[in-house]
Amino acid sequence: MEHQEQNIILTSKDLETNQEVRWCPGCGDYAILKSLQKTLPELGRPKEDFVFISGIGCSSRLPYYLDTYGMHSIHGRAPAIAIGVKASNPDLSVWVITGDGDALSIGGNHLIHALRRNPDINILLFNNQIYGLTKGQYSPTSEQGKITKSSPIGTVDLPFNPLALALGANGTFVARTLDRDPKHQQMIYKRAYHHKGASFVEIYQNCNVFNDGAFEQIISKENKADHSIFLEHGKPLLFNNGLNGVILDGLMPKIIEVDESNMDQLWIHDETDSTKAYILSRFFDSPSFPRPFGVIYVNETKSCFDESINTQINEHRIEDKVSAFNKLLKSGNSWEVI
Amino acid sequence: MSFPKTSVRDVVIKFAGDSGDGMQLTGTQFAETTAIFGNDITTFPDFPAEIRAPIGTVPGVSGFQIHFGNHDVLTPGDQYDVLVALNAAALITNLKSLKPNGIIIANTAGFDSKNLRLAKIEEEDNPLLNGSLEAYRVYSEDITKLSKTAVEEFGLSNKDAERCKNMFVLGMVYWLFDRDIEHTITFINKRFAKHPIIAQSNIKALQSGYHYSETAELFSSQFEVAASNHPQGTYRSINGNQATALGLMAASIKSKLPIFLGSYPITPASDILHELSKHKGFDVMTFQAEDEIAGICAAIGASYAGKIGVTTSSGPGIALKSESIGLATMLELPLVICNIQRGGPSTGLPTKTEQSDLLQALYGRNGECPLVVIAASTPADCYEMSFMAVKIALEFAVPVMFLSDGYLANGAQPWLINDLDTLPNIQPKFIHTKPDDNPYQPYSRNEDLSRMHAVPGSKGMTHRIGGLEKENITGNISYEAANHEFMVKLRAQKVENVKFILPKQSYELGDSDSEILIIGWGSTHGSIYSAVEELRNEGLNIAHLHLKFINPMPENIGDLIQSFDKIFVAELNNGQLIKLIRDRFLKDAIGINKIQGQPFQIQEIKDTIKSQIS
Repeated sequence: MEHQEQNIILTSKDLETNQEVRWCPGCGDYAILKSLQKTLPELGRPKEDFVFISGIGCSSRLPYYLDTYGMHSIHGRAPAIAIGVKASNPDLSVWVITGDGDALSIGGNHLIHALRRNPDINILLFNNQIYGLTKGQYSPTSEQGKITKSSPIGTVDLPFNPLALALGANGTFVARTLDRDPKHQQMIYKRAYHHKGASFVEIYQNCNVFNDGAFEQIISKENKADHSIFLEHGKPLLFNNGLNGVILDGLMPKIIEVDESNMDQLWIHDETDSTKAYILSRFFDSPSFPRPFGVIYVNETKSCFDESINTQINEHRIEDKVSAFNKLLKSGNSWEVI
Repeated sequence: MSFPKTSVRDVVIKFAGDSGDGMQLTGTQFAETTAIFGNDITTFPDFPAEIRAPIGTVPGVSGFQIHFGNHDVLTPGDQYDVLVALNAAALITNLKSLKPNGIIIANTAGFDSKNLRLAKIEEEDNPLLNGSLEAYRVYSEDITKLSKTAVEEFGLSNKDAERCKNMFVLGMVYWLFDRDIEHTITFINKRFAKHPIIAQSNIKALQSGYHYSETAELFSSQFEVAASNHPQGTYRSINGNQATALGLMAASIKSKLPIFLGSYPITPASDILHELSKHKGFDVMTFQAEDEIAGICAAIGASYAGKIGVTTSSGPGIALKSESIGLATMLELPLVICNIQRGGPSTGLPTKTEQSDLLQALYGRNGECPLVVIAASTPADCYEMSFMAVKIALEFAVPVMFLSDGYLANGAQPWLINDLDTLPNIQPKFIHTKPDDNPYQPYSRNEDLSRMHAVPGSKGMTHRIGGLEKENITGNISYEAANHEFMVKLRAQKVENVKFILPKQSYELGDSDSEILIIGWGSTHGSIYSAVEELRNEGLNIAHLHLKFINPMPENIGDLIQSFDKIFVAELNNGQLIKLIRDRFLKDAIGINKIQGQPFQIQEIKDTIKSQIS
């Protein structure tokens, strides 16, 4: 349902709860919470319209700190609970808060099926590439060879590429942002909210206790320019302060040094192009490519689960249920005993 | 020409054939016709787990048992009066339960060398020819050929023509019991409305079977089973899964809350999903989830959002749902979990009945997690008990486990239709508007300890709930030692309080002065009742107590048990309710147990009791 922006004056303060925030000092989760508290008031909805459903893990404590409706549920199942909430009341703005272990390991099945069905919900995946709440085991996004408590001589597992997974599951909104860039986060959360369908947002989130600096190679001050690329729809893929760009040679992405002669060959980001989105998600596989942030892919044309399931009911709704039900009981093979 | 008629009180017929022979449809048609005629009936479909086990083999045999009579018929019957066997495998599988001098209607085409080989019978041991069936009245005809000849005029393919043989044999049985074939003709016309040739062929086969019995003077006499004395009213035939779906819908209309069913297909529960998915007009939302866990979790989400969350499954699925049941217990949200039990453990016996999930229902979760557990006792009782499951869930804001089983799910009986006016009201514990100026406290409680749930979207009542231990009233997370113990006991007391709305327990038969007590629960009602009735007629002073509300039990239950020195507990498992009886009442008891995937026979119960008291 489309919501008219109403005159609701909500401040980020209104979204704080009386609960003491219990994340470790320095955790990236604080920045994400703050960005959400800044974003929600800008959506023009009263706070009782928001429902945050989380699973288990550090990230999943977030609903306790956000004064909306919220449920801290069980490990991996938040997307399944969210789909029940959204289907039951499509007027609500339903958000799933999850982590790399919660969404991609124990809850992997629910995640892919939520994306496939495309309910109008927003899934925020806090990816810190480690199990934090259980104190430091490798996660399904940990890089191969990682030394952790449960892999003292290095992991042998290969990691998931969350964006490729979301695209593979037919996700209709696939984006990546990062904890240390509040403006970028807020822009992405707003886009996710306004997307009609399931929005999947991967957030690079630093766990400063068990996996400190996991993304430093990509987003540290020194590395950010030449190891990350911030996508904008209709704009060329430029990074390294405009010195480098990406072109497509057929379906092969190539990095070039940009000069006036080759400016017009640059790849122009088209977030509605699923083939290009897939190629972008695959930058993950190659350390020489910059890691993309922003909206990788959007498809506004697919039907939403919650809308379709309610349409079926609305089209068949019986007004006088009592007499219809009493009639139903007697339909078919009933007989009278006199 | 009029035939001699033999009057009988009741008859048991077993239709048996290959799983491709349409035995379930044949049996259902006979059951409906005879129910409409006015007999009381109980049916018992018994079929393989495989969709199409190898044709002609013993594992491929599908059967449909029907017991009908001029009096109350409470079980499918221990032994058959008539066995219809469309092939050799069907005969040898079922012969042991045929009464001496019982009637066999055999299709000789199903006893050719190929079928004998498939049934693992040596050619020279063909039971139709070797004299081994002398103790029975055998009517063997080439039903396949007769039926094919009858439908020749329609030019069907050989395969389609052969498929009409079940209607031919049904016609024969209709004649034998002097039943009208009109109901089945109407059914065929409706079912094959888009294929008039198939419809006409099946009707022709049915009529031909009926007339063949008459003109060929096949049987020595017809049988007459008079209508039973049912109370006045409108009846229909109903099986347990239909009744469960209708009971849930009735509760939805009474409570004015829509149903949300989150479910994953599993035998023998899937028919509830099928039935409910037909009734969208009644605000019934059905969600076929990606797995059992998603099914229950979506239902929890729906309850949280103010609907009636329901999930349906069988034992293996319930095992997967147990963590989520714990979540619903902690959230203190209404939820109905239907467990249509089957033989276990693991995949077990998917199509066979068993009552072996009782202890799973009562205790199968981590932590101290008491659950309301109720069990239906007959197919029709599934209507009232699934209604009660919703009523308790909504009024106490608790998850409720409704137990049925494969026998109830697929077994049918005539049901005096119990429409909405006769059902009690339901008062859900959902609120949408803030009642006063005080802050909303999610875990503040009513007198009965239930909480009022502010549904998301309601102004001024935003709050957070979760699976972590919480403080009473505020719902804030609390790891405080004394608080945890307090909350565990509070949740247990809340479940216990459900007993205040339960009907008082009474004996089915006998009273507290009886010498012996037999206790049962769930689907064994008919067998136990019939056994006790017969034993009482034989002079034994025995009482029958049947539990439908297992946790909590009705308040007066102890009074009905305490006076007995000799107690039997009959159940289709290795002894589960008996543990509860010993635990709750410090009463020893003797178990009567059967774990064969089949319901109790009346005689089995009688024999065990007799052997223990002599």
